[in-house]
Amino acid sequence: MNYISPAFRMLSRLLPFGALALVTACAVPQDSPDGIYDPYEKQNRKMHAFNRGLDKALVRPAARGYSQVVPDEIEDSVGHFAQNLGQPSVVVNSLLQGDMKGAGVATARFLTNTVLGFGGFADAATEFGMPEQDTDFGETLYTWGVGEGPYIELPGLGPSTQRDTTGKIVDLFTNPLSYAVDSPEKYYGTGASVASRLSDRDRYSDTVDSILYESADSYAQARLIYLQNRRFDLGDETSNREVDPFELDTKGF
Amino acid sequence: MKRRSFISTAIAGFGMLPFMSGAASALNESRAESLIDSLVADINKVIASGKSEPSMFREFERIFARYSDTSYISAYAMGNDGRRATSRQKSAFSSAFQGYISRKYGRRFREFIGGQLEVKGVKKVKQWYEVKTLAKLQGQSPFDVTFHASDRSGKDLFFNMYIEGINLLLTERTEVGALLDRNGGDIDKMIAALKKAS
Repeated sequence: MNYISPAFRMLSRLLPFGALALVTACAVPQDSPDGIYDPYEKQNRKMHAFNRGLDKALVRPAARGYSQVVPDEIEDSVGHFAQNLGQPSVVVNSLLQGDMKGAGVATARFLTNTVLGFGGFADAATEFGMPEQDTDFGETLYTWGVGEGPYIELPGLGPSTQRDTTGKIVDLFTNPLSYAVDSPEKYYGTGASVASRLSDRDRYSDTVDSILYESADSYAQARLIYLQNRRFDLGDETSNREVDPFELDTKGF
Repeated sequence: MKRRSFISTAIAGFGMLPFMSGAASALNESRAESLIDSLVADINKVIASGKSEPSMFREFERIFARYSDTSYISAYAMGNDGRRATSRQKSAFSSAFQGYISRKYGRRFREFIGGQLEVKGVKKVKQWYEVKTLAKLQGQSPFDVTFHASDRSGKDLFFNMYIEGINLLLTERTEVGALLDRNGGDIDKMIAALKKAS
């Protein structure tokens, strides 16, 4: 567990970010329809149009090409490698959330896959029955009680919220590996995670295409789907507002 | 709803009346589970039949009409705009919406070939039942699919579905709302667009 001490050194750098988020991110207001709080809709829609263009011109064709050229087994290995390099960050965030079990499993997964999985290219841990662990600083902020804040669409990265955007920025610093490994090796991880995102873009191509290119309002669809799925992952049951099915007037339908 | 199916539903409904009056007829956990089980079995049967796509879509539409609370689903999808719709528009919307759903989700049926839906648990929530399942599709990590079922209509029917926390009815209401906006709020034009949408 030699990356614990960099983790604590890093904490001091995180604190200003955390404090900032606590001050600025607020909960979703009670009167927002469907649990959506989007005061920056005008700017977000412009960013969405940009992202859609980027996907159409670059990401989608690149993902198609990558998946066609690279054999499936290699694609999976690159995905495992990228995921394994992210595990130390999962350990740090689990600790920050007080989730000792999650931190333990993520540590065990990292060690198992690094040693027995040929440096992370094979997912030996899952075969040994250690479940996948995934968390990030956005979730850490959620467990600390920080509100979701407004919806934000980020350039290149797509849907997010104020809380998750803060989380993404902080996560650039939560991976102890980035302090322990020198360049150019530290960029292998970045390369692998870009490649693994391309794999995902192609694997879920039908779903992504149906949201981006086949719906009447792709911005509204992407926003709704992101918020609902993110809240589900976090276990946040208070931000979604649902109608009671027995209060709906179904006469005539 | 077309006249003929309305009449046959009414007759079927009358036929069932004697069986529906007793307390034993209320929806319970095991019935909610078997509703989802037979829904999945029927969908798998259509996929395995290897028929042409258009005829599969018709089969899916029939399954959707049999297992889901179509009037609830249509009313939810139309949202507040349903209040200003005439009864003719409501029934036209309901039938256009059912066709649209069958095409939209039916088109993705290939992803379900060789996959399975495992029931994980059933629980009562307020006045309905929540059936949690785990979908295991080929080449994908397993994901959560939750059905909501009720017998408010007098029959055991599902009325909503969540995939990894995403409320599918809410995404469809967003879609219908966007189609309405695109057509300047004209309900008839929105229905016409829905009939053409895939």
